[in-house]
Amino acid sequence: MRQLSLAVERLGGAAVALLLYCCAAAAAPSDTAIMADKPPKLLSEFGFFSDARAQVPTEGVVPFEPHTALFSDGALKFRFVYVPEGEAARYVADEAFVFPVGSALIKSFAFPADFRTPYEKVRLIETRVMLLHEDGWQSWAYLWNEEQSDAEIKIAGAKVDVATIDESGEPVSFTYSVPNKNQCKGCHQLAGEIVPLGPKARNLNFEFQYDDGPANQLERWREAGLLEGLPEDIAAIDAVPDWRDESADLNARARAWLDVNCAHCHRREGPASNSGLYLTWGEAIGPALGVHKRPVAAGRGSGGRLFDIAPGSRMALS
Amino acid sequence: MRFVKESLAATAILSCLTFASYAADHRVMPGPNANEELIEVLILAEPGDTVTIAAGRYDLVDGLSLDVDEVTVRGEGANRTVLSFKGQAGAGEGLLVTSDRVVLEDFAVEDTKGDGVKSKGSDQITFRNLRVEWTGGPKPENGAYGVYPVSSSNVLIEGVTVRGASDAGIYVGQSEDIIVRNSVAEYNVAGIEIENSYRADVYGNTARHNTGGILIFDLPNLPVQGGHDIRVFDNDVMDNDTPNFAPEGNIVGIVPKGMGVMVMANRNVHVFGNRFDRNGTTHVLIAAYPNDYEDDAYMFVPRGVYVHGNTYGEGGGEPDGEVGKIISDVSGTPVPDIVWDGVTRIPEYFSWVSAADRIYIDEADDTTFANLKMISQMLLPWGWWPDKDIAGYKGSLPEPEPVTLPQDKGV
Repeated sequence: MRQLSLAVERLGGAAVALLLYCCAAAAAPSDTAIMADKPPKLLSEFGFFSDARAQVPTEGVVPFEPHTALFSDGALKFRFVYVPEGEAARYVADEAFVFPVGSALIKSFAFPADFRTPYEKVRLIETRVMLLHEDGWQSWAYLWNEEQSDAEIKIAGAKVDVATIDESGEPVSFTYSVPNKNQCKGCHQLAGEIVPLGPKARNLNFEFQYDDGPANQLERWREAGLLEGLPEDIAAIDAVPDWRDESADLNARARAWLDVNCAHCHRREGPASNSGLYLTWGEAIGPALGVHKRPVAAGRGSGGRLFDIAPGSRMALS
Repeated sequence: MRFVKESLAATAILSCLTFASYAADHRVMPGPNANEELIEVLILAEPGDTVTIAAGRYDLVDGLSLDVDEVTVRGEGANRTVLSFKGQAGAGEGLLVTSDRVVLEDFAVEDTKGDGVKSKGSDQITFRNLRVEWTGGPKPENGAYGVYPVSSSNVLIEGVTVRGASDAGIYVGQSEDIIVRNSVAEYNVAGIEIENSYRADVYGNTARHNTGGILIFDLPNLPVQGGHDIRVFDNDVMDNDTPNFAPEGNIVGIVPKGMGVMVMANRNVHVFGNRFDRNGTTHVLIAAYPNDYEDDAYMFVPRGVYVHGNTYGEGGGEPDGEVGKIISDVSGTPVPDIVWDGVTRIPEYFSWVSAADRIYIDEADDTTFANLKMISQMLLPWGWWPDKDIAGYKGSLPEPEPVTLPQDKGV
């Protein structure tokens, strides 16, 4: 697993690796913590990680990655899925999979000291969890402490000052926002219900570097019993490109970016439904996708422009 | 931590999550942690609870949001409980409500980065005695909307004051069953705007010193359109004299300074018993949507507008901007009290417009009027003239039933 090995590497020692090995054998996620009426105060109580500092998961907690990821201020992200023993998520073609009660999605946000060496001196900022209860998904954010030894729940969210160096060597500093509970729902919402966004077939349908080698994630989820109902022919399933992949179709890259970064709100059932601007992967080309669409009531969001997309016109790139 | 009644001290916060079922009054006081406390108390509130925000000034850096049904958020007066967002770093609005049966009353929201107080998808939402203001006066950097229910139903806005919005002070969009009453909108681009909405009563308000006083608009390419059954009555619409300061691209950018009431597209709009004075472009403008669009479901011309029993003071002496020029080039200056652009659909131009879809005007004898016959200008550029004979538009339309809201019945 790339993340794991890099994580270990960044802690820089065989002693740590040995420690991980010892811990990993016994640890497992706590179904009790996942299903508790009130979420645990500390992230460690879930037992998702054998070494949370290094983002090494416990048995049954599987890392995953979308091909095109939400921008999130450029944070490094570590994502994991947990489905209770003996259960599986159900494949859905165009939306997030339908998970069984007791499932958890875990995502950590981190910044390296220097993006030219992105897996060294990594500071964990927050870990968000989504827990599926009988009455729906619960979402919580845990803020990492200074010592990076554990993370504590923050219902009201938090602001964290981040200073790093970008890929070109320029210092960057900004205030990172850890969302409050309502802000989680601000994006993770479909027709008023909290929903996962990342685990959609089209965005997982590519080869991920697991610790035992590369494998298609959908294939791996099926083999691991995490996913049922997957069509036999994975190659026939829609796939979103990595938006950074210059060899991929330019339109598909742009649509992938818009789908992942915008369409959780900008869709017919989403929080920005009233804008009439819909940017999901499958949206047909037309005014709803922004073509010849006027911004209407976007306020300063219009950027002083009369159309969202004016085909054939060029914008000067400063 | 200063929650007085229900202990929401840090250690007890989580335990609150498990308790439910009895109404509580949470009280928040000003202090260094007030922003976090407000965010938390609104998240942890239970249906039936009241959140009281004590008098004082609150300097907030992050927006607030409420997603719990049946909660009242109450300040201690629109000039005493002041939520200032001057230093706001996050969120698109000061307060966002996404739940049902919510009452917001007696507090002020100042200087938000985006919108002031918004509800999205709420049923039975009440905005009462609020003040939403950008304190630096009219500026394009101000947020777009002050009081902003959208995609909501059973909307009651009363006794609010909104100043400085760079789009509309009170803006109701894509909503149903709406009352806006006894409120003041001033120094906004649009004072009060009802857009793509069904069944609205707008009465007893003062709309002054805006660019345009009251706008009844319907726009294409939106999930709710075909606005209809709107009554605008008993309002004071005067001195709308603030130059348009909307950011470019916004539809309200077309509104000329000195517009009283403007009806654009929509069906069955009744404008009556209002007092118009000193609106420099015109007191009442009835117009079609002026831009091209791709939307087969959209009706771009107003259908069934009835203007009657209003009083008109001075006005029309300073037609402003592109729209003011288009009008006054045809009508002359001063622009008449009531102007209709005269745009009809081309098949109707060559045949007739059915009775229910016509424009009717029944005003005192000295009221002035012009039908600009814009369609004729397009089709017959060599021989058209405006129709200023107001008597030719006499008639009436059956008035929509008054809007009734559960909030008004003590529910």
